[in-house]
Amino acid sequence: MCLAIPGRILHLEEDDDLFKIGLVDFDGIRKKVVLNYVPEAEPGDYVIVHVGFAISRIHAGEAEKTFAYLKEILSDEIP
Amino acid sequence: MKYLSEYRKSRDIPKVLQAIQARASRPWNIMEICGGQTHSIVKYGLDQALEGHIRLIHGPGCPVCVTPEQKIDAACTMALAHKVILCSYGDMLRVPGTKHDLLQAKAAGADIRLVHEPLEALNLARQNPEREVVFFAVGFETTAPVHAMLIHAAAQMKLKNFSLLLSHVLVPPALRYILEEPQCEVEAMLAAGHVCAVTGYQEYQDLAEVYGKPIVVTGFEALDILEGILMCVDLLEKGRIRVENQYRRAVTEEGNLGAQALVREIFREEDVPWRGLGTLPRSGLSLRKKYEDFDAELRFPGVRSGSLSLSPCRAGDVLKGFLHPVQCPFFGKTCTPDQPLGAPMVSSEGACMAYYEAREPMGGL
Repeated sequence: MCLAIPGRILHLEEDDDLFKIGLVDFDGIRKKVVLNYVPEAEPGDYVIVHVGFAISRIHAGEAEKTFAYLKEILSDEIP
Repeated sequence: MKYLSEYRKSRDIPKVLQAIQARASRPWNIMEICGGQTHSIVKYGLDQALEGHIRLIHGPGCPVCVTPEQKIDAACTMALAHKVILCSYGDMLRVPGTKHDLLQAKAAGADIRLVHEPLEALNLARQNPEREVVFFAVGFETTAPVHAMLIHAAAQMKLKNFSLLLSHVLVPPALRYILEEPQCEVEAMLAAGHVCAVTGYQEYQDLAEVYGKPIVVTGFEALDILEGILMCVDLLEKGRIRVENQYRRAVTEEGNLGAQALVREIFREEDVPWRGLGTLPRSGLSLRKKYEDFDAELRFPGVRSGSLSLSPCRAGDVLKGFLHPVQCPFFGKTCTPDQPLGAPMVSSEGACMAYYEAREPMGGL
């Protein structure tokens, strides 16, 4: 199952002993998400969430590169 | 929605489409592996937009689709005969086993509960110590770390009434299987972005070299998929065999090391059967000896059904990319999401379901 969506960490909730829980905002919908697999993520960061667990942190700089890459290759095209 | 809308509704989409059409000197065959990508392609009509320019072949990346019928039989038996609380992801509920599906078992009195998040199953076990709770743990590498953490937590808590019915499969063995088929026409692949967010893509370098096919790690929104296809086309046109990463914002070459470590701690690789494809070597996960207490099939032995399914379902050919869902003789006629012959017509990542929803919204009327 690959279905995962990006959300923004609002703040950390009180730790369960085993699970590091954060409150994550998905465009207005807020859900508790397990953050153990993104130890480097902090409130304000965006993470990819799959079945209630963050599996990856989104790199804003890399996200920009998608658009920069497109600009570059599309500018090669004959309009 | 940030990091999603700008890739779904980007104004660059028509330009990327044009770029693909302009640069493809012939209709290259490109396979997308993940069922989530298949759904995006069909939902946004990308296959139609690229018709005549690129041939998109749908791959086997649907873990619900490849779960053997015997596992569904086992789940039904655990719920009916052993009276466990059987927790399952929603789209597993209507996939036919050899005789029944889980929804029918529920109608017959089994305690079957739909969960969106596996943590709900763990919490159910904690809240109901007098009941056995089994979680039907289905997935690819994206979900393995989640299930690993459930086991890890259950072990720490010394939970006695919780176990997993595992149906975990791995992508690279499926790719090898497909690329080794003599009739395989795939020339490049879009690798599954979220699988690679966990595993990284170093293993795909080997695959690309051994089979001589470029592979682009790709996301799931329309712009992602089109950019992935454009990157494939550029590699194909230049005759370059390598792995590139379109889904840079979420995927690194090494992947999520913490997730990989816990998966290795809890699980080991095993030869497992794939519904429709047969048994593939080292293609699935099972619990290591240390964690075998949490294996539902060991806890409830003798639950497997031995009988073979007589279903005429052509899912095997669909999963390998040899049969397009709409060309299946049963599509939309004797096989619909309400009355499926097999799994791809009911799974949220199944290719057949994708086409049925997108192209026949009125139920084929």
